[in-house]
Amino acid sequence: MAAAAAAFSASSTFNHPSKTQSSTFPSLTSLSFSRKPVSSVSSQIRSLESLKLNRCARFLSAAAPTAASSATSATTTFHGLCYVVGDNIDTDQIIPAEYLTLVPSNPDEYEKLGSYALIGLPASYQTRFVEPGATKTKYSIVIGGDNFGCGSSREHAPVALGASGVAAVVAESYARIFFRNSVATGEVYPLESEGRLCEECSTGDVVTIKPIGDAGPVIEAGGIFAYARKSGMIPSRDA
Amino acid sequence: MASSAITPSSSFLADKKDGIGGFSAFRRQPPFPRSAQVSKRKVSKKIASVMAPQQSERKPSTTGAVKTGMTMTEKILARASEKTQLVPGENVWVNVDILMTHDVCGPGSIGIFKREFGENAKVWDREKVVIIPDHYIFTTDERANRNVDILRDFCTEQNIKYFYDIKDLGNFKANPDYKGVCHVALAQEGHCRPGEVLLGTDSHTCTAGAFGQFATGIGNTDAGFVLGTGKLLLKVPPTLRFVMDGEMPDYLLAKDLILQIIGEISVAGATYKAMEFVGSTVESLTMEERLTLCNMVVEAGGKNGIIPADSTTYKYLEDKTSLPYEPVVSDGDARFLSEYRFDISKLEPVVAKPHSPDNRALARECKDVKIDRVYIGSCTGGKTEDFMAAAKLFLASGKKVKVPTFLVPATQKVWMDIYSLPVPGSGGKTCSQIFEEAGCDTPASPSCGACLGGPRDTYARMNEPQVCVSTTNRNFPGRMGHKEGQIYLASPYTAAASALTGFVTDPREFLQ
Repeated sequence: MAAAAAAFSASSTFNHPSKTQSSTFPSLTSLSFSRKPVSSVSSQIRSLESLKLNRCARFLSAAAPTAASSATSATTTFHGLCYVVGDNIDTDQIIPAEYLTLVPSNPDEYEKLGSYALIGLPASYQTRFVEPGATKTKYSIVIGGDNFGCGSSREHAPVALGASGVAAVVAESYARIFFRNSVATGEVYPLESEGRLCEECSTGDVVTIKPIGDAGPVIEAGGIFAYARKSGMIPSRDA
Repeated sequence: MASSAITPSSSFLADKKDGIGGFSAFRRQPPFPRSAQVSKRKVSKKIASVMAPQQSERKPSTTGAVKTGMTMTEKILARASEKTQLVPGENVWVNVDILMTHDVCGPGSIGIFKREFGENAKVWDREKVVIIPDHYIFTTDERANRNVDILRDFCTEQNIKYFYDIKDLGNFKANPDYKGVCHVALAQEGHCRPGEVLLGTDSHTCTAGAFGQFATGIGNTDAGFVLGTGKLLLKVPPTLRFVMDGEMPDYLLAKDLILQIIGEISVAGATYKAMEFVGSTVESLTMEERLTLCNMVVEAGGKNGIIPADSTTYKYLEDKTSLPYEPVVSDGDARFLSEYRFDISKLEPVVAKPHSPDNRALARECKDVKIDRVYIGSCTGGKTEDFMAAAKLFLASGKKVKVPTFLVPATQKVWMDIYSLPVPGSGGKTCSQIFEEAGCDTPASPSCGACLGGPRDTYARMNEPQVCVSTTNRNFPGRMGHKEGQIYLASPYTAAASALTGFVTDPREFLQ
């Protein structure tokens, strides 16, 4: 099974200070997922569960199969606090329309977008994703249900998440444009889970996620521009 | 009743007995293939069936490079990628005919274009980039205003042929180039042509599929790439086919049809797929109604919506474009992922209740829902014919609205039509006169308006938790502004009827 590797664009001249993952992409040998509740309220420490994280690079699966299936050792894991959301989290909840006047390619406005990430979630989400006044979140992993990122094509959505400090999103399924934008920008690493992770985890749990599967060629290259340069579609930057 | 042009091949008819004639009580569908939808979606058992059971493709055994028929979408992408044959799932580099962007995503796309191709780079074709400010226009928000300036500077620098500029925000009519809502403007200005590939930095770019072209929404990074190269890597989607037959009742509009479909397949039912609309009902729809139908394809997760071009299309295009175009239709033996058949004559007006476009209910079942306002506008429901429909209903009633009713024409042209075209049966009155007599708000400056909330001072933005019936396209929490706002998506008929009663109302209360 193929899985999406990190898509952090190597060609980006834009500094992402919150990104600490290496740019080598794992192929997938095994998956391990561990979750430890940090809250002292929960006395139950659940055992390690094995969860298969499927590849979610849907729009890449058919291209250049040989290039994608090389087995490199898995070096990228994601570890940190998770923030759990439900199904059909649309782009208006991820970044409400009133903040779309911020231009993501402008460094100051990029940071500002991060401060508004997930501010559109309804009041039923009692824990704020980004504390008022802060620009970064303490949750580096967002766990979602079905159809994550549905709605608008606004690239501000994965950008806001990335700018706030999210490293990876693990959802049961994605809406097309959001997924595409995540891969193209490299802002968040979109992973797909089998099963309802959003029902098994709670906000504030510490999770470790190791992707499995083959990386699609665009993700492996590091985004659409890097892929195009690698395949000769556009000249390399030094040309 | 079966449209003979669409006889399904036996390879994908699961059960011939359940063809078009048999409308039995709705029964649980077999689980959809995993990529199509999640099996836990609840299925409505109350609505009498107007839809034949979904027929899934039975996979034929593969024999290798046998040339098979292709769907419209496959054909367009094949031609655009200079290939003779394509199958769903393939990733191909596609030549783009038109790239559209607006004030919200344009600046970001331009930023990426310059970053990746260089400060002095030139766009791939100055006549194929169409830049349409429309989202946050009539506002004092400085960044919003600055974003329009960014577009202008870029268009000047690149000598972009089609830039529908606005400078005088106080009087939209003082701007001869300004159009308004991008998807309606693209159609009205002749940028949509059968067989072409149109990409836009907006999810509702799928609207243009009404012209029999491949049209879909993309993000800033992809758009930056297209600006420099005129190409994009796209995955060929499989096609879901929706066959709609039967005479359209006079209380139904295309909005009811698409809400019916989305309610049927859910907000993820068409993810990564093309939605093709055919059948005698579709053929009877005007261009504007076809635009409405394709507009909300994205609300089902669809990659693109598409309707075969026909005489209606050609007539519409006659005075709008002089560029040659080559329409395509799906082959008789094209393979579809699934086919849905509808008998339209049995449908009733529907709404999408808060907070999801697939939360379908019959309008008449919501008659106890008290509302606070009505909004008629957007690319979905703010075109000339949408306002004509609302006016027709107000005329039939002769009464005044009971709640604030906001009218936001999509484009300058629509605004002018509202003020000049006579409404049939009114003795020469215009829509604007009928709206005034009914007590609606004065039609506002054309733009996307409050469909997506926008800056705080946007006209008709929902700044309090209220209940609104709207002709727009999405009703997720906070869509029109306030997070606790409740939005019922509806057709212009239903919206007008609801305005008259102060409750969600089936338009048949006034139209029959």
